[in-house]
Amino acid sequence: MNSGDTAWILICSALVFIMTPGVALFYGGMARRKNILSILMQCFFIMCLVSIQWVLFGYSIAFAPDLGYGLLGGLDWVGLGHMGTTPNTDYAGTIPHLAFMAFQLMFAIITCALIVGAFAERIKFTAFAVLILLWTTLVYDPIAHWVWGTGGWLKGIGALDFAGGIVVHVSSGVSALHMAILIGKRCGYTKQVFAPHNLPLTVMGGALLWFGWFGFNAGSALEAGGLAAHAFVTTNTATAAAGMTWAFIEWRRLGAPTILGIVTGALAGMIAITPACGYVTPLSAVIIGILGSVACYLAVTVLKTKFGYDDSLDVFGVHGIGGMWGTIATGIFADKAVNAAGADGLIYGNVHLFLVQCLYLVSCVAFAIAMTWMLYKFVDATIGMRVEKEDELVGLDLTQHHESAYTVLE
Amino acid sequence: MKYIIAIIQPHRLEEVKEELEKAEVHLITVSNILGRGRQKGYTEVYRNAREVGLLKKTKIEIAVNEEFVQPTIDAIMKGAHTGRTGDGKIFVLDLHEVVRIGTGERGGLAIG
Repeated sequence: MNSGDTAWILICSALVFIMTPGVALFYGGMARRKNILSILMQCFFIMCLVSIQWVLFGYSIAFAPDLGYGLLGGLDWVGLGHMGTTPNTDYAGTIPHLAFMAFQLMFAIITCALIVGAFAERIKFTAFAVLILLWTTLVYDPIAHWVWGTGGWLKGIGALDFAGGIVVHVSSGVSALHMAILIGKRCGYTKQVFAPHNLPLTVMGGALLWFGWFGFNAGSALEAGGLAAHAFVTTNTATAAAGMTWAFIEWRRLGAPTILGIVTGALAGMIAITPACGYVTPLSAVIIGILGSVACYLAVTVLKTKFGYDDSLDVFGVHGIGGMWGTIATGIFADKAVNAAGADGLIYGNVHLFLVQCLYLVSCVAFAIAMTWMLYKFVDATIGMRVEKEDELVGLDLTQHHESAYTVLE
Repeated sequence: MKYIIAIIQPHRLEEVKEELEKAEVHLITVSNILGRGRQKGYTEVYRNAREVGLLKKTKIEIAVNEEFVQPTIDAIMKGAHTGRTGDGKIFVLDLHEVVRIGTGERGGLAIG
């Protein structure tokens, strides 16, 4: 056990935790003023719900010894029984097992919170709560097991995902897109422009995300050492390159750079570098950031308009596309000189890793899409997913939570 | 000339704007207001204290020449009517004078 590593991972867990309130503010500012509390409430509810689910059985499904075939963890660690505070050498040999568990919990929470942006402003709160509990148990926990759990089948084939590009961003991004399509567009979606109601909140949320991302990526080294420092630097570099890129694209195309654009671009960069941050050089991080920003920009401006789906706050366009690009980019730019535990990518003459990354991507996307469809249909048939039209027009804050964010008079 | 004031549900504003556009009434003034009518609306709850106070409404003000009075009323009715308590009211007032500040034009000329 190493006290430096333990301190670092506990701090990183808290950093990743603050990303969920961060994403709540990021999304909340982009929503209309009648719906901001519903977004904040959904994210805060997820913090409570997944914390309990993880302790009861979520962590066990994701990380307990494999049941066979690399698909699911067993029930050995239900209720965190038989775990103890000594290290688990399969996962992190120098920190208490509980610290590893807490760090992973924060990833499970943020992944669910990312999805909130897809069905924002029209989902019934009860249906939301049930859907999220099912999703985190039957989609997130299995995928986390495949990639990170001992005996997980994707861990076995040598796929690289340093901090969760697929597990967190692609899984939430594609599930979110599917849910947005299933629940349908918001009333008046194509007739009116749904302008963000409070951009300073969005910027504040984006800043908290950037801050927390250091814990997300550098903490994934699971030690306080050189690899953590490396991931810290690549994360910051890619984020900066991507933010700047989005601003320049807008400047050129629309005549002015916007704050919403630069924050969204920075977020695209954080996501794109997530799977790669511990395997690529800082200069590769610049390229990954720039191209990630371009890909996400095209997804939210061209792709979304062309197909006409209402992914309200661009979960798929930013997290889905950014995560996919990052996963493939890892297969292109990974460098064994950076991390001996990794592998060389395409630019270093190794085709194998690139193909493994593609298989990894396709299998997780297919699983997330299929499972999301089943869970959605089940909840829709039993509870009903969408609020009444009148409630949607009045706003979810008042109709679902009996509160409103802003007063008109003193 | 008439001055039309309508108090409507905030979430009907988009529909009302659309209907007014169709009736070729383009110049309107809109504000957020609070009011109390006969509606028992959504109650807000803060730390268990229920607040059944004033409700959020939207006020629309439009100055029109005589031939636009009925079309304007019809458009607002069409956009804001649901048949439930709380839909709002339309007030029609006589308007004595209008002056366009930019040009100094007066009356019917200044209105549109």
